[in-house]
Amino acid sequence: MLEIQNLAMRFGGLLAVDGVSLDVQEREIHSIIGPNGAGKTTVFNCMSGFYKPSGGKIIFQGKEIQGKPDYKISRMGMVRTFQHVRLFTQMSVVENLLVAQHRHLNTNLLAGLVKTPNYRERERKSLDRAAYWLERIGMLDQANVDAGNLSYGQQRRLEIARCMVTKPQLLMLDEPAAGLNPAETLELNQLIVSLKEDYSVSVVLIEHDMNLVMDISDRITVINQGRPLASGTPQEVRANKDVIKAYLGEA
Amino acid sequence: MATSNVRHALFCAIVTIVISYPILGLNLEAEGINIVLTGTDATTIVAIACAALIVFLFQLFRDSVMGKLGAVSDLNPLTGRKPMEQDKRAKLESWVLTGLVVVALFWPFFSSRGAVDLATLVLIYVILALGLNVVVGLAGLLDLGYVAFYAVGAYTFALLSQYYGISFWMALPLGALLAGLFGLLLGFPVLRLRGDYLAIVTLGFGEIIRILLNNWTNVTGGPNGIGGIPDPTLFGMEFGRRVKEEGNTSFHETFGIAYSGEHKVIFLYLIALVLAIITALIIRRLMKMPVGRAWEALREDEIAARSLGLSRTAVKLSAFTIGAFFAGFAGTIFASKQGFISPESFVFLESAIILAIVVLGGMGSQIGVILAAIAVTILPELAREFSEYRMLIFGAAMVLMMIWRPQGLVPMRRLHITLKTQE
Repeated sequence: MLEIQNLAMRFGGLLAVDGVSLDVQEREIHSIIGPNGAGKTTVFNCMSGFYKPSGGKIIFQGKEIQGKPDYKISRMGMVRTFQHVRLFTQMSVVENLLVAQHRHLNTNLLAGLVKTPNYRERERKSLDRAAYWLERIGMLDQANVDAGNLSYGQQRRLEIARCMVTKPQLLMLDEPAAGLNPAETLELNQLIVSLKEDYSVSVVLIEHDMNLVMDISDRITVINQGRPLASGTPQEVRANKDVIKAYLGEA
Repeated sequence: MATSNVRHALFCAIVTIVISYPILGLNLEAEGINIVLTGTDATTIVAIACAALIVFLFQLFRDSVMGKLGAVSDLNPLTGRKPMEQDKRAKLESWVLTGLVVVALFWPFFSSRGAVDLATLVLIYVILALGLNVVVGLAGLLDLGYVAFYAVGAYTFALLSQYYGISFWMALPLGALLAGLFGLLLGFPVLRLRGDYLAIVTLGFGEIIRILLNNWTNVTGGPNGIGGIPDPTLFGMEFGRRVKEEGNTSFHETFGIAYSGEHKVIFLYLIALVLAIITALIIRRLMKMPVGRAWEALREDEIAARSLGLSRTAVKLSAFTIGAFFAGFAGTIFASKQGFISPESFVFLESAIILAIVVLGGMGSQIGVILAAIAVTILPELAREFSEYRMLIFGAAMVLMMIWRPQGLVPMRRLHITLKTQE
């Protein structure tokens, strides 16, 4: 469903990403790994429209999307999370989830001012949806808490839920396990697998936690210094000599 | 540590003398055709010396003084109290507000003409501040040229009435719509700007509108302004002693009461009151609607908001347009109240005052902004004797507010949408 061909991203004289290609199938968890500074997040930023790639093609469901503005890509069904959690901290948890459903709501000003039935209906539906996802991530009790007061692990989960209420087809997770303890990482592991199994979402994952990556990935692409190093199933990648040398260490 | 304190205090005292002596201690007097520089009497010089001494002592013991000042808030018995629950608070607020509105409706019939006139001005500022609150408080876009939209509203009415004889009631929506249109147009170029840059560009826009009005003499009358702006009518009834337009009747004749100039003033006040209430209610509603949430989301984290499919263009422009729309309302009322407008009413100071109202009241907080609008408009009138020191007092009040209550008089309490879980 997503295909990246020869992606290149140049910042001045620095070629941060050069010739990266990958393809993501329906209902697949595809991980991107590589040492720090390898260009993983840059690939994400190109995919989600934050950067305009200097070269290459990104094709999502048959349409070229490279260079499109971020909000349009998000509306097509490709939503991302961030390496550093980006919640609306002064808004409550439910409101975070309602903002994400903005385009599913009736945003006509007059309809909202007079509260037409259609407006109420959509408002109710999105509240239900928010409640459903809060229950799914075990945070229904925190629904009316300010997002800034949540624990770090909860903020991470809320960010994923906030993506899911937009009804995406492809979810991009940027180091979702960073800073989580082993128990929380395990929960996250199950959540991501269930997103694939139960909600038919494809996941592109950037992660440093090798246990998590090897556990849940269907396929892995390894990037080193902006260039593709290897790609394949976890077993293939684990056995690849270049990868071991560049990243995994001799262990 | 101690020596650096003394040195700093000494420096501050010297600066005080250097600034105040030439201003207060030297006089230019005309003697015949010559101008002579004379020193003032001893009292002024002693006063300057005292001021320098006070500055010296304050700077010397600054840390302990400020520490004490900071501790004052602990004396406030309400500090430790927990905030009320949202439902309860909302109920209490709505009762208090309803009471206030009822009082405000009947009050003008028992008070002086001057007071009612002032109250109308207060209400105009309330509308302006509520409108700017959308842009600055909710959407987080610092707009220093807000007065431009106020001017557009006022001049729309003035010009249309002068050239096409349009009435107040026609001009009210037209002025607001045109101001909103200007907000939309001026919003486009500043979409990418944030913070300081946005402030500077909006400041420029405010000045452009004023200078345009000032120099486009054959249409706007330039600095001479436009006079003879008609008063509002009540279902075709005029409030003047004699009917100006054919087909209209006059208010006092229709009801068979004696003519009084107060009728008009009270009528204008009531119009302003109703419009202020409508403005407050509409914006309150908007805050709970998707667009209100989008404003706040964009203010809190633009990148995250965009990654969720919010269009920055649509959200920012809607805030600009809606804010400008209400400024247009206020402008139309202002033009009608004054009967005469000139570019002088729309200088940068007006923008600064409206912004100060929003900051003093608490960004995003409606009740706070309304209270601050009342305070900032009425206090200078009450303290007319000190009018020379108005800006000084104003500045001092702002500094003290920033020390004690940086979040404003009544800090914003967000109207949360609560998720009610099934029991």
